[in-house]
Amino acid sequence: MQANHTCAVRPSRHSTSTHSTSATGYNMLTDHEKELIAKIWDKMIPVASDIGAECLLRMMTTFPGTKTYFAHLDIRPRSPHLRSHGKKIVLAIAECSKDISSMMVTLAPLQTLHAYKLRIDPCNFKLLCHCILVTLAAHMGDEFDPVAHAAMDKYLSAFAAVLAEKYR
Amino acid sequence: MVVWTDEERAAISDIFSKLDYDDVGPKCLSRCLIVYPWTQRYFGAFGNLYNAEAIMNNPLIAKHGTTVLRGLERALKNMDDIKNTYAELSILHSEKLRVDPDNFKLLSDCLTIVIAAKMGTAFTPEYQASFQKFLSVVVSALGRQYH
Repeated sequence: MQANHTCAVRPSRHSTSTHSTSATGYNMLTDHEKELIAKIWDKMIPVASDIGAECLLRMMTTFPGTKTYFAHLDIRPRSPHLRSHGKKIVLAIAECSKDISSMMVTLAPLQTLHAYKLRIDPCNFKLLCHCILVTLAAHMGDEFDPVAHAAMDKYLSAFAAVLAEKYR
Repeated sequence: MVVWTDEERAAISDIFSKLDYDDVGPKCLSRCLIVYPWTQRYFGAFGNLYNAEAIMNNPLIAKHGTTVLRGLERALKNMDDIKNTYAELSILHSEKLRVDPDNFKLLSDCLTIVIAAKMGTAFTPEYQASFQKFLSVVVSALGRQYH
């Protein structure tokens, strides 16, 4: 059984000083949250292969259906494929976190890739996002407090929604 | 009937053996109310939920978090019949509390993340998979008496 979240737009309860002006409508990140998110991903850049591989491994172990997208790769733990693929994903998320307001522009090439070439069913994005949060929690411990968790969950949801925008 | 491998039973027992219910319970519930604020709709009588700090310091939420986690322990002790163990609780959540069953998944995801933060890399992908399976069975059992 898979953990499926309803992808509803969430009413923001935070102070609305500045919001990202993404056309998708996910304008829910305050300046403080954007800084927090950028800071966390900045720390992950030097260990992108490790973190990325762990996220993917967690996802494929916990949600075996996701393995179907990786038939062309060696996805055993510590495999170079897993590390290089994981690194790509982490670096894309980290890069985008440096300027969240420009998400639609930054992700345009990845939107096309996912819509026309990879065609990953978007329900899987939620599964990977969950595993990214678990990985961050495992490495950051108490530092991954509820406020950081909330901000990161919103960011990753927005990221996933933008990735799926060109699907149809 | 759910089939559990020895590895899965061992992983789930190990995770629970390391839990401080009075710590993890409150953390899990308060995190759910902060990360998914619409879940606060069920806690109107619980006092100040105005912001993250208020939620994390709210004693009624803390107490309820512990209650929820102790409820989860019943599933651990009856892993081969979680469905029937939770029949009454399912009716309670459906008919009296009127909780949208989708919320069970949100709370269980928060619990997973709180445990990951506590256990660090000891919460391996295999542990995560076993725990996810356990929580899926719990969530399914809790949603079973909704009609």
